[in-house]
Amino acid sequence: MSDFISIEAIAKRYPVRGRGTTTVFENLWLSMSRGEFGCIIGHSGCGKTTILNILAGLDRPSEGTVIVDGEAIDGTSLDRAVIFQSHALFPWRTVLGNVAFAVSSKWPKWSAAKVRAHAQSFIDLVGLSGSEAKHPSELSGGMKQRVGIARALSITPKILLMDEPFSALDALTRGTLQDEVRRICLETGQTTFMITHDVDEAIYLADKIFLMTNGPGAVLAEVVENPLPKDRGRIDLHRHPLYYATRNHILDFLVTRSKSFAETVTDHDPHHVPVIRPGIAEPTLLSLTPPPAADAAVRTAGRHP
Amino acid sequence: MSGSLTLRAAIVSVALFAVFVLGWHLATRSSGATSGMDPEYAKLMGATATQGKSAMPGPLDVASKLWEHLSQPFYDKGPNDKGLGIQIGYSIGRVLVGYLLAVVVAIPLGFLIGMSPLMHKALDPYIQILKPISPLAWMPLALYTIKDSSISAIFVIFICAVWPMLINTAFGVASVRREWINVARTLEVGTLRRAFTVVLPAAAPTILTGMRISIGIAWLVIVAAEMLVGGTGIGYFVWNEWNNLSITNVIIAILLIGVVGMFFDQLLARVARLVTFPE
Ligand SMILES: Nc1ncnc2c1ncn2[C@@H]1O[C@H](COP(=O)(O)OP(=O)(O)OP(=O)(O)O)[C@@H](O)[C@H]1O
Ligand SMILES: [Mg+2]
Repeated sequence: MSDFISIEAIAKRYPVRGRGTTTVFENLWLSMSRGEFGCIIGHSGCGKTTILNILAGLDRPSEGTVIVDGEAIDGTSLDRAVIFQSHALFPWRTVLGNVAFAVSSKWPKWSAAKVRAHAQSFIDLVGLSGSEAKHPSELSGGMKQRVGIARALSITPKILLMDEPFSALDALTRGTLQDEVRRICLETGQTTFMITHDVDEAIYLADKIFLMTNGPGAVLAEVVENPLPKDRGRIDLHRHPLYYATRNHILDFLVTRSKSFAETVTDHDPHHVPVIRPGIAEPTLLSLTPPPAADAAVRTAGRHP
Repeated sequence: MSGSLTLRAAIVSVALFAVFVLGWHLATRSSGATSGMDPEYAKLMGATATQGKSAMPGPLDVASKLWEHLSQPFYDKGPNDKGLGIQIGYSIGRVLVGYLLAVVVAIPLGFLIGMSPLMHKALDPYIQILKPISPLAWMPLALYTIKDSSISAIFVIFICAVWPMLINTAFGVASVRREWINVARTLEVGTLRRAFTVVLPAAAPTILTGMRISIGIAWLVIVAAEMLVGGTGIGYFVWNEWNNLSITNVIIAILLIGVVGMFFDQLLARVARLVTFPE
């Protein structure tokens, strides 16, 4: 089966005043299947937002292409909705107005009543019924982010892109919103790509976790397949026998390996990034091509029971 | 607490006014008739010299004259004797026409400059040179080319009102938050719809600030412009009454200019409040 999203050998370079360019990342490959939830984790400045913006079409790669559903993307599209970290609501519009703006952008020919009804159904979906007439300044941070989610979902995108959507929220609100996003994504089979700094959030939400090394010259080091069952709950996540294996593996990467990756792993093949599925005794290697990269993956992954 | 603050502020305002009027009254009251002057000479010299009366009118003179003006603001007895209402009406009319022309030109042009870095760079030198020119410096050129004093005054209003609006519109449009533009981009909103539904509401508070500055400047300039071109208007009235040595009328005109200026400013402040959004 061909991949739904396929990022192929993209690079991003910025000119440095005086001397040439700096490379945020290069020759980066990443792929996801339809209906999958992918999370990207890495230290600040490694280029996560850049990748997401390229996927959204807001930014262009210096090299390489991004293929979505069999077609190379060119600029932004109503097929790819973005939930911004800073919610980015229009403060001069009401909750309903903000969502309706997106709806009428996608379906310009719809009557006002139809647009309103459609927007309303997504406001209900994120649990904001009763707040339609409020302006963003009258909402709490969590409610604003819900509006952002309703706005993104209302255009029924093929891909949902989220840049640290919950990082500005308190733990309780974050928890309920994670539940809601997971419920909606599972119900609708939404393909989702998300940036996070929170390992638990990634383990709860994601099917695949992409680990990035530190920049500049960041690389996608490995893909961690979530070994936890689909019906996992947020509250008893940590009771699952594979939870700590997964968590430790990711944390260990972030704390030590992400810094030294470039020196210690010399045979990394960016086109065939090792896929790891953490197990109880030892992480299991799922795919490896070609052999040298596999050795590296086994060696590095095997260190962490 | 805030109620009592308003009250106390009002008391201080009234007290200041009373002190000012009293001081004014004392400073301008008659110091009694000068005795021992030849009656013929006294007649020639007028009240100023003979009764020790100050040339400066007192508050009571101004008040009674003001009442006179207010009771018949719109009389018209020839070119040099028109009601104050007619004169101020001419000025307001010129300011409004010049100002609205400036709005029509400055706001679309400001949008263009704010949205296109190319146009910004290309037009910037012209704006930088034209902006600091005193609007009155255009007057001879306007009179020579337009040949109509009234239209020349309108042109001068236009030229002075255009810059603050142009610069504020361009700045407001250029500094619309990146994230709002990105929302519009991900929703594939067309340029025109984006301009009206995203950029305009986002930049409206800044644009209104420019419009408010412009109306203030326009109202400052109209008085000077009408002094130059003459004929009608509150500026001409001031100059004419100065030539008539009627300081009372000059003071009344000054008061009126202040009141109308305040009205314009408050009007735009109110509109600005309508388009301002809480973050
Ligand atoms: N316009 C630019 N010019 C030069 N360098 C840039 C520019 N924009 C981003 N960068 C660089 O690109 C790198 C990646 O930025 P990016 O915003 O993608 O990081 P990030 O992984 O999202 O970080 P964070 O977790 O802090 O959000 C950074 O090191 C940054 O310095
Ligand atoms: Mg970022």
